[in-house]
Amino acid sequence: MLSESVLLALRAIRRNILRSFLTVLGVVIGVAAVIAMVTIGNGATVRIQSELGSLGNNLLFIQPGQGGPGAPSGEARLFTVADAEAIRQQVGGVAAVAPVSRASATVVYGSESRATTVVGSTSDYLVTQGWDIALGRGFLDGEVRGGRSVCVIGETVRRELFGAADPVGASIRVRTVSCPIVGVLAAKGQSAGGADQDDTVIMPLRAVQRRLSGTTTVATILISAEDGVDTARVQAATTELLRERRGVQPGEKDDFAVRDMRQIVQTMTATTGVLTGLLGAVAAVSLVVGGIGIMNIMLVSVTERTREIGIRLAIGALEHQVLTQFLVEAVMLSLFGGLVGILLGLGLAFAASQLLAVPFVVDPGVVAGAFVFSAFVGIAFGYFPARSAARLDPIEALRRE
Amino acid sequence: MDAGPLPPPLIALHGVSRVYGRGEAEVVALARVDLEIRQGEFVAIMGPSGSGKSTAMNILGCLDTPTGGDYLFDGVSAGDLDRDGRTLLRRSFIGFVFQGFNLLPRTTALENVELPLVYRGMPADRRAVLAADALARVGLSGREDHTPSELSGGQQQRVAIARAIVTDPLLLLADEPTGNLDTRTSEEIMHLLTALNRERGITVVMVTHEPDIAAHARRVIRFKDGRIEDDRLQAAALPC
Repeated sequence: MLSESVLLALRAIRRNILRSFLTVLGVVIGVAAVIAMVTIGNGATVRIQSELGSLGNNLLFIQPGQGGPGAPSGEARLFTVADAEAIRQQVGGVAAVAPVSRASATVVYGSESRATTVVGSTSDYLVTQGWDIALGRGFLDGEVRGGRSVCVIGETVRRELFGAADPVGASIRVRTVSCPIVGVLAAKGQSAGGADQDDTVIMPLRAVQRRLSGTTTVATILISAEDGVDTARVQAATTELLRERRGVQPGEKDDFAVRDMRQIVQTMTATTGVLTGLLGAVAAVSLVVGGIGIMNIMLVSVTERTREIGIRLAIGALEHQVLTQFLVEAVMLSLFGGLVGILLGLGLAFAASQLLAVPFVVDPGVVAGAFVFSAFVGIAFGYFPARSAARLDPIEALRRE
Repeated sequence: MDAGPLPPPLIALHGVSRVYGRGEAEVVALARVDLEIRQGEFVAIMGPSGSGKSTAMNILGCLDTPTGGDYLFDGVSAGDLDRDGRTLLRRSFIGFVFQGFNLLPRTTALENVELPLVYRGMPADRRAVLAADALARVGLSGREDHTPSELSGGQQQRVAIARAIVTDPLLLLADEPTGNLDTRTSEEIMHLLTALNRERGITVVMVTHEPDIAAHARRVIRFKDGRIEDDRLQAAALPC
């Protein structure tokens, strides 16, 4: 009986293929949206997690101010190179400490120019970032100590300024400073926030302080803990040391923050999760709208086929047999919509993952869930029209033309 | 009627009434009708429109229930059954032939005839055999794959008759079976019904307002104003 209903339903759907397609368009869009949202969201999460891995798993960074609501971050004192040196010498379990000072600058080579971020730091910067040199070399100790104007450039800067030419040995102009290139960084791609990490130029800290920013302060200190060392312990020791160095009285709040990169990634993952859930919920609403579309057309179909239903009832169809027939038809419609929606959603997610450079991660649970949910939509919204078909009076129905 | 033990009537109406509406708007379609029809009879029901003959047919066919009195079908009180119960009774023992054929459009003759068997849950291969057999009995072998729009009126009515008899019913109810057909085709259909009655013993009850058609029956019942006005046997009319 059920297979008969499926055959009948398929025939009814095929008989009106355009209308059937338009009917399920709502479900198609709803399912596609859910699938696309969740898949892209998952990709972003995986991306963030893999970045955690590329950061070496044990990165801490220190910023002035608390950064929380109401914190006057602008007034907080910055750090000095001496602070970074003290951390390196006094905090145990630290593999690298990189004081960082950033400046915006236009870099020029020949007739090409680009506005980019110039990072002033030490060789430890590349260690904390887990960054490799693709061409040339990193900074020599003497260059860092002496604040020589040399630079290592990111892949984006290299591509924009040099194209196919070899940049190592060439000199670019950073603002007014002529700066020989000693190396090129390996490409890293976009960060979790969508920024291009390769759009950067790195110079020794002193060179940036002296020639670009004109200060002796450091805005950020990056710390890389040694493998197997508890980052929470390093975090605590660093906090204690900096409170002492900055003269923060006991009972006063820190006027800086030592953040564990892992915590930040966890926060970002959670945020992505909430966003994914929210977008998924919006998409689910369109599924409900799609269900109403199916109910509407099923009601029309029952009206159109009143006479047919009358014939079926007169020659021996029981109420539940008519009910089943129309319910199966509604479920087939919504499943058809769900299937098309899943394919469309995966297609969109794939395109988006290429565009946003996030991994394409299909969650089979979500795909199965969308499929089951679209069947549920068919049952929920097909039940009322099916019941009204089953309850038709055969005498009345046969009289209808 | 002959003396001696008779089998119980296939159909027995005892004081059956059918009233539509309530109060001022009350319409009495059937007023305490008594009627017995025995297995193997061929009955024509005649009467002007509004006389109650269609209401009587609907009640006989278990499509409708009396508002008063008893309807016993083969000893079973049909008035006490719920909708599905009446459907089960109908699909087990009663076949329908309608004036407008009432075939499913865009569906082949074979599939139309199979339909009552589908709802009985019969497997497809057995259904096809029985349906082809029923089509052969109405003289439509070779037309199994034609849809109603590819068949003439007479052929469509034959398909409808095949659908009605494919379940081997005790009773065949025909509501104006020749109403949409020309004289010659009407005669062919009547020959078919007469043959089913004589050769297979199927009880036939037929509504018609054409005396020519009623002449094929052995018993003619006339309705008027919801009552039976006249009920008489006639010599088995035209030769077959």
